[in-house]
Amino acid sequence: MSNNRGVLRFIARRLALGVLTLFVVSLVVFTATQLLPSDPAQAILGRNATTASVNALRTKLGLDHSAFYQYTHWLKGMVSGNPGDSFNAQQPILDFIGDRVVNSLFLLVLASAISIPAALWLGGYSARRRDSTFDNVTSNGMLALASLPEFVVGIILVLVFSVRIFHFLPAVSAIGIGKGPWSDMKGMVLPTATLVIGAVPYISRVVRASMIEVMESDYIEMARLKGAPEKVVLWRHALPNALGPVFQVIALNIAYFAAGVIVVEALFNYPGIGGALRDSVRVRDIPVIQFLVMVLATVYVITNLAADVATVLVTPRLRTRIQ
Amino acid sequence: MEIALSITDLRIDVAGSGADIVDDVNLTIAPGEVLGLVGESGSGKTTVGLAVLGHARRGVKLARGDVSIGDAAMLALGDVALRHVRGKLVSYVPQDPSTALNPALRIIKQLTEVLEFHDFGGSDTARRARVQEVMSEVLLPSTPEFMRRYPHQLSGGQQQRVGLAMAFACRPSVIVLDEPTTGLDVSTQAHVLTTIRELCHAHSVAALYVTHDLAVVANLADRVAVMYAGRIIEQGPASELFFNPAHPYTRHLIAAAPDMSTDHEMVGLRGRAPAPGRRPLGCSFAPRCELAIDQCRAEFPAEQEVAIGRLVRCIRPFEVPQRTQHMTAHSAPIAASATHALMVRDVCASYTGHEVVHNVDLHVDRGECLALVGESGSGKTTLSRSIGGLHREWTGEILLGSERLAPSARDRTTAQRLRIQYVFQNPYSSLQPRRTVGDSVARPLLIGGASRTDAARKVGEMLERVALTASYANRFPDQLSGGERQRVAIARALVSRPEVLVCDEVTSALDVLVQASIVELLGELRRDLGLAMLFVTHNLPLVASIADQIAVLADGKLVEAGPTERVLHFPEAEYTKRLIADTPQISDVS
Amino acid sequence: MSTISSDVPGASAVPVADVEVVSRKPPGVMRVALRMWRTRIGLLIVGLLGVIALFGRYVAPYGEAEAVGLPFKPSGKTRKPTLLGSANVGHDVWSRFLYGGKPILIAAVLATLLALVLGTTVGLIAAYNRSKLDDVLMRSMDVILALPQIISALIVISMFGASTLIIILTVGLSTVPRIARVVRGAAVSVVERDFVAAAESLGESRFRILRSELLPNVSASLLVEATLRLTFGIGLISGIAFLGFTPDPGAANWGLMINENRKGLIPNHWGVTLPVIAIALLTVGTGLVGDGMSRAAAGIDRAKGDS
Repeated sequence: MSNNRGVLRFIARRLALGVLTLFVVSLVVFTATQLLPSDPAQAILGRNATTASVNALRTKLGLDHSAFYQYTHWLKGMVSGNPGDSFNAQQPILDFIGDRVVNSLFLLVLASAISIPAALWLGGYSARRRDSTFDNVTSNGMLALASLPEFVVGIILVLVFSVRIFHFLPAVSAIGIGKGPWSDMKGMVLPTATLVIGAVPYISRVVRASMIEVMESDYIEMARLKGAPEKVVLWRHALPNALGPVFQVIALNIAYFAAGVIVVEALFNYPGIGGALRDSVRVRDIPVIQFLVMVLATVYVITNLAADVATVLVTPRLRTRIQ
Repeated sequence: MEIALSITDLRIDVAGSGADIVDDVNLTIAPGEVLGLVGESGSGKTTVGLAVLGHARRGVKLARGDVSIGDAAMLALGDVALRHVRGKLVSYVPQDPSTALNPALRIIKQLTEVLEFHDFGGSDTARRARVQEVMSEVLLPSTPEFMRRYPHQLSGGQQQRVGLAMAFACRPSVIVLDEPTTGLDVSTQAHVLTTIRELCHAHSVAALYVTHDLAVVANLADRVAVMYAGRIIEQGPASELFFNPAHPYTRHLIAAAPDMSTDHEMVGLRGRAPAPGRRPLGCSFAPRCELAIDQCRAEFPAEQEVAIGRLVRCIRPFEVPQRTQHMTAHSAPIAASATHALMVRDVCASYTGHEVVHNVDLHVDRGECLALVGESGSGKTTLSRSIGGLHREWTGEILLGSERLAPSARDRTTAQRLRIQYVFQNPYSSLQPRRTVGDSVARPLLIGGASRTDAARKVGEMLERVALTASYANRFPDQLSGGERQRVAIARALVSRPEVLVCDEVTSALDVLVQASIVELLGELRRDLGLAMLFVTHNLPLVASIADQIAVLADGKLVEAGPTERVLHFPEAEYTKRLIADTPQISDVS
Repeated sequence: MSTISSDVPGASAVPVADVEVVSRKPPGVMRVALRMWRTRIGLLIVGLLGVIALFGRYVAPYGEAEAVGLPFKPSGKTRKPTLLGSANVGHDVWSRFLYGGKPILIAAVLATLLALVLGTTVGLIAAYNRSKLDDVLMRSMDVILALPQIISALIVISMFGASTLIIILTVGLSTVPRIARVVRGAAVSVVERDFVAAAESLGESRFRILRSELLPNVSASLLVEATLRLTFGIGLISGIAFLGFTPDPGAANWGLMINENRKGLIPNHWGVTLPVIAIALLTVGTGLVGDGMSRAAAGIDRAKGDS
């Protein structure tokens, strides 16, 4: 009983820390966008706009209030699910970004669902076949892939599968307006593959190292000296101890996907939040930038929180200490 | 005679290179007999211990020979067959239970599974009963609450008892114990050893007890085998072997072992055992042996029986070399002056607000050695670090001569810092690995304002003084052995001619022969330089040959203080009496 | 404790005082790494691309913004003779390629150096002052880490534009916490070691302890991390350029080239293929060097553990 309460308290504390991190991020992001050298109202209306119309827009955008008021107003809006209007599109952000969030999320889930099991298998298998040809070939291959920036991976995939060598996969996504990304599964292949190729090397390397460390440990030697069958050694003695670092790296990679989508979506013209972020940076659409950055930071904080909690749950030493 | 375990002609190689780690090992153990396998680190004793279970670690290859337990030829068994005998016929007690118990599994699970692997008892009920039984055999509580704990929720002693319970669970006929009491306090160690002895005798288990500690073996083992550089160089009944060693190396080991009897003088031996692949053609001890003659270097002496049950691999057994007379370490303090060199008055030290040292008073005079003795957690290191200015959280007074010292070294004057010097426990961590020996030793001089040439000259002299050569100044720590590193650390501490030297467990990371030579050196330096020395240790026998005075610390309190002989032979405090009774010694051999 | 001591340095049967004493510095990561083929190949690749990026412009047949014909014409179909045809606005692909590496390489190297200096400082200070200061420093590092690097880069670029200085600063500063974490991680175990206490007992200054006691003993991890960060820096900066943010939109830049010439993949793929190969080789090359060094560092650590 006290055990559960301890874990709950731990989760509450981590949650509070996550909220604090997000709060600081919001402060940083807001302050940073306030530093903008030019006046957003002027920027939206262009050089030829009259002073009167600029002032009117400033009032409409709330730019004539103090920075503190603007911040609290914005923060209130963010928390209550109303992040405000886009400067550029002149309409509520949620109206046109909702679909894109769904599209990006779909891409992210798809990439995770493929890369995590693949990396776990690859890393675990390499660890068991340590120093074998398989291990050497994969670890060198993974090393090369881990070094490549994701847009280079994406372009190479395009060159190979849709333009130069084979021609059976589309180089750009063609998701119809109002239709989900599942309407164009063929178009999903290359964006997903790019993200998977970017993530697998990282996860599998950590899985391999973590597995090897565990397999070299005294307690695994002890289990073998007790006469434990290899299956029991692996599943009962090794796996629970190897999970912690793996959770951490999975969380890190989901956060990595959140960044990876920016480049990948630009590359494949995929209508997600990454593409939206790039476009709003180009036209300095501050509210959209602020909103998207907060969304991505939230993804980061949540996945890290989940990983920490999962790590604590599988590690008795941590679990009993937090009581 | 019935034989439970027999090892014949065992050879174990470094995988790939074919250099022998262990060769020509022959041993037998009878049921109920405890054989102590003694050797320094690197001698190959653990490798032999694991080979008994048919196990070789990564990079190690069981090359040749036979290990038989009953009908089972351990080295010839396949994986499946090995699995069936491990834990059942022969079991293993690891050196460090804190890493050998699985941190993710409850102890009940780790105990029960051994029985399950070998289908012991045939039913879950029988297995549960057996777990209860074996827990009480190793004197652990078998309440459900206790059994559901994870290893990290147990004390070191309890963890090792769980290790013993796992090993004895299936009633094996052979058990290998790999230094199972290293890292335990003497009283815990004494209790664990008693349990081991009783269980082995009660259930007729043949035990191979692997250790570096002769005193433990003297107390526990029926027979002893001594390993040096991968060979067993001598074996025989414990009492005879310790009383009258046949091999010069055994003789050295015994001479180097600390002992509380006051006429025992610890004598060290320089150099180190040759590593696999670098072993000489002849006797591997010949390069360090005073008795070595040409014939020793020609080939490794064969095993010969020199008395009933006593085997030795030496062509000059029982010969005793002429030794130069060693000066006694005890000397009267140099003319007592009015002020003590170091005085600790009413010192209380705490860790993050929690007081761990309570109202301690001590003093050391010039030329005197005070041993501060205590078990782990007694506060002895906290106190010595407070004296050295490395621990700031304390109240009371520490006087260096007549000057009151500030808590932190940073707040003391340069002169004060140089007058009181500290030698650390672990020579592998006390020297900066990326700096030459010369630069490390010169630092106190440069801080004291010496010129570079002057410092270089003094460093050379100091290195010679600690029985190294001036040319060591150009070396890096990783080119030195543990003993040499500790000599360098001593040189660094003494180069600025301090008045007070604090030695914090300076020999506990070293092998016994090296420990003895460091103790010898410290005794000499103290006499010659008139140092006031505070010798901090958990090892009571060790202080007999070095200290004039002993202060015993328990739970942060000073429980007893007085002259060495008085404290060791007529202890007054209950705690000291128990400590002395629990401390194993070679002279205890029955 | 291992019973295999074949690697114990200087292990010999003779009393050591008789051995001729030779000073041998413990081999650095660099030296050990250089014995591995992967490090050598990596250095060769990086060196080759470095030369192309820095000096290629001096052998380029055309200027960076010189038109050679219509856009996306393969070699032979351009107005002026070209090796690999023309790029998006009719520039020579080969010349653009020879010009386009420098902005990426220089910015990545400078950003990494900046991050290295600041990250090492923060990491060492945090490790040595294990208290409030450590907490404050590492917590603020965590906040920076909550934003993926490319996003913080985009925010800054949205405000100040994509000047070379801004790119170096934003990439460099967002790399600081990553290096600081690694350095702190390596240094906390060093801080615990007795030679630091020995220096403290002699009253050495804090700065000297950081510089002379801690820094030399984290240099292995630091080198490995620096190489890794250079790899990511190259990827990040070329990625930012690929997204269309470069200091000078007209200037040649490998990342931007890929973006510009994507439309012409079918008529003349060289405008994409060439910079893709260059960036891929450069990152794989630095990756190989980094891997060689991390293997070397691991080997050195292992040897330390055995002795």
